Amino acid sequence: MAERRFVTSRLPGFATVAILAFVALYLPIFTLVSFSFNGGRAVNQWEGFSLHWYGVAWANTAVQDATIRSLFIAVMAALISTLVATMAAVGTTRRRRFTGQTFIYAMINQPLMVPEIVTAVALLIFFAAIKVATGYQGLGYLILAHSAFCVPFAYLPIRARLEGMDLSLETAAADLYATPWHTFRRITLPLMAPGIIAGAMLAFVISLDDVVITEFVKSGGQDTLPTYMLGQLRRGVTPEVNAISTMLLGLTVVMLTAFFLLTRNRD
Amino acid sequence: MSPAEENAVRTSARNGWLLSAPALVLLALAAAGPLLIVAVYSFLSPGQYGNVVWDFSLEGWRSILYTKDIFSEEYLLADAHLTIFWRSVWLALTTTVITFLVGFPTAWFIATRPAASRPIWLFLITIPFWTNLLIRTFAINEIIRTEGLLNQLLLGLGLIGEPLQILYTDTAVLIGMTYVYLPLMVLPLFAAIDRFDMRLLEAGYDLYAGRWQVLRRVILPIVRPGIVAGSILVFVPALGAYVTPRVLGGGKNMMIGNFIELQFGQGRNWPLGAALSMTLLLIVTTALLFYVRSMNRDGGEGGNG
Amino acid sequence: MKKPLAIIALLMASTGLANAEGVLQLYNWGNYTSPELLAKFEAETGIKVTVTDYDSNDTALAKIEAGGHGFDLVVPSANYVLIFAEKGLIQELDLSKIPNHKNIAPEWMNVEYDPGRKWSIPWQWGTTGIGVNTKVYSGDINTSAIWLDPPPELQGKVNVTPEMNDVIALATMYAGGEPCSEDPEILKKVRDLLVAAKPHWMSMDYGMEDKMATGDVPASVYWNGAIMRARLKNPDIAYGYPKEGYIVWMDQVTLLKDAQNVEEAYKFLNFIADPENAAMISAFARYANGIAGSDAFMPEDMKGAPEIVVPEELKAAGHFLPACSPKAQEYITAIWTELQK
Repeated sequence: MAERRFVTSRLPGFATVAILAFVALYLPIFTLVSFSFNGGRAVNQWEGFSLHWYGVAWANTAVQDATIRSLFIAVMAALISTLVATMAAVGTTRRRRFTGQTFIYAMINQPLMVPEIVTAVALLIFFAAIKVATGYQGLGYLILAHSAFCVPFAYLPIRARLEGMDLSLETAAADLYATPWHTFRRITLPLMAPGIIAGAMLAFVISLDDVVITEFVKSGGQDTLPTYMLGQLRRGVTPEVNAISTMLLGLTVVMLTAFFLLTRNRD
Repeated sequence: MSPAEENAVRTSARNGWLLSAPALVLLALAAAGPLLIVAVYSFLSPGQYGNVVWDFSLEGWRSILYTKDIFSEEYLLADAHLTIFWRSVWLALTTTVITFLVGFPTAWFIATRPAASRPIWLFLITIPFWTNLLIRTFAINEIIRTEGLLNQLLLGLGLIGEPLQILYTDTAVLIGMTYVYLPLMVLPLFAAIDRFDMRLLEAGYDLYAGRWQVLRRVILPIVRPGIVAGSILVFVPALGAYVTPRVLGGGKNMMIGNFIELQFGQGRNWPLGAALSMTLLLIVTTALLFYVRSMNRDGGEGGNG
Repeated sequence: MKKPLAIIALLMASTGLANAEGVLQLYNWGNYTSPELLAKFEAETGIKVTVTDYDSNDTALAKIEAGGHGFDLVVPSANYVLIFAEKGLIQELDLSKIPNHKNIAPEWMNVEYDPGRKWSIPWQWGTTGIGVNTKVYSGDINTSAIWLDPPPELQGKVNVTPEMNDVIALATMYAGGEPCSEDPEILKKVRDLLVAAKPHWMSMDYGMEDKMATGDVPASVYWNGAIMRARLKNPDIAYGYPKEGYIVWMDQVTLLKDAQNVEEAYKFLNFIADPENAAMISAFARYANGIAGSDAFMPEDMKGAPEIVVPEELKAAGHFLPACSPKAQEYITAIWTELQK
């Protein structure tokens, strides 16, 4: 990796735009966190500090179950889609063009090209037939569906990273009689890592947000946080979802901090 | 080509297929395969209460462009459908451009942080997206409404005399979509910029190139795969956006996503919904293939061994 | 290492468990089922009810028709009961297993979509009318002119709920027709009315309980229960029943043909037809139920509430939404598309 040169990599105005972008990203988050401590029942009127909605959320097992289910599906979908996307990215980049490469590319990006509702209806019909035939109605269908539509989100950053990645290190390793697997694990994979991390994070976030496909594929007792909220949309959303979101954010921050401290110590 | 070379090519192609196989199986099972059902449905007749009747019909396809006028019973060009298509494409394109203009400097900024803090910045981009899309959209709603934070800020700074009506306009939809899709642009851009060799910049400056020239001639061509990936990731989902136009746009005007949903829901015309979906699929596929081909033709060869 | 695996196994099997004895799968509108009601039911019978949400009749219909859903009970709106029955998705009830069936209020016993209540037990009913902030507009609120021909003080400030069938039906009645009309003259009028009124609307959105209470939206086509919740927060809010015609709707519980927990389902159906329990349903979502004698158990602020007790002179203007013919449905969708293009 190239050493950073302090002057040349600076482009005028870029840092300002970036900082403004971060501020804008966190402004709505700040709003929802503060409203989670709102005493009143209204979503948009401040009525004094209170932990009331945390109590309500704590007592609402439906919301808790939905949150845990959402996280579980997102983790599984991110793992599966990133794994198959990484393999496919290695298979379709940095090699001589082969017949069918465009087909593979089109297949992988296919979930991006169709509005969710279409995939949702198609999956409803298809999975329902399987559910009737096998009798299995578990979370497997949701994980399968989520993994599938997360593939392009994981694939594209990994591919972008791989394309034009310097081959010299790998060639050098091969020259030193390293096995292809060894070369891959020790050289290629670490070089790909930023792309893989970016892909996995995208996949996770995309799965966590999905409403329409989940709504059509879910069986009894399989509401996720987004479908739970969709159900509330007509009748008005209660502020306890703000409390849940804030707790989820808090959890994220704690987990990430722990992750960084641990990895730093190891280095 | 020598036999050995030919053999190497064949092995390479076989490995390419083998490595892609798990992804292909997964997609065939849970995305592309079931879509065949939709393709078939577009040639059937609508059932009385949704669903389809197994009678072959081209009515679904015809209804995309021509609708029967309620009063004269004659077929007229469906300007309502075209308006909806056009608005969706325009909003999605504008969103892509804005996310790029904001996302590129952001990704650059992250990629030029010290290696140790880079992942922190990267996570900072995604953390807001741990909250549900609907909740985020509601939060944006709170900020841009007439008595919201944004208007109070602008009023306080004396930049405007009276509150702006942003909520329930196309501007609100654009703000919302830019917010929602920003990470989809930043992350691939970052992945591309991060492997960019900053020494190339020095070389550029040594040759007396200005900053603008360096940006255009050196940086942009090299990070192009990232730009393409980001643009696809933003444009296509934005085209089918559903929640944002409903909540921030006030739901007064449909986008393609809402229109297709209407056919599968209250409209009870599944064949039309299916035909509309296939049309959208065809348009996007054509655009994508065009994109991929042009990318492979110039500049994309760099990585091909 | 063992623990995550156990959690995964538990999650994967979560619906497998649901088919065991003493459970019930209820498929209902989101945020519509009182948790206290379920807790009481479980305490009395030992049956654990799992609620799964949907947000539209059409989604529920599509899912149930596809099969393999695992639900026992579903709660369709009035006209959809017929559709579910016609498609053979629900079963006729064995009334001997529902002794409380006799509690169904006389006016809800012989509804046109289910004479004698052989297929469904009432859950809640309400009306689709107009919520108005009387501080902003002090004129007559019992008219659809508020949203179809808004007075100057409401222009550009009206919200219309994005419910295609409700909105078109309200406009059709305002234009002098019947819901599901196929008369081209009437439909033309409806289209012109809506297209001309749209520039005066601020939004077509849900969530009016809060937005009306805070004063962000001064008038909206909406449901009576939500407007009542808004009034409890802001006394300036009033609910109007358009004299040109407003919509009466009811959601009722039906038993699915492929239900796996039939006995439990009957216990639940009998349970909700008890006046005290029906009042619990109403206390949560703030709509009336169709069970006689539940008034005595209703929360104080709901007794005699103007959003629930329809004024005598406006009773005749209330209409049930029938299931429209495919032709009428085609017109409705075309007008709606024209309106939202």
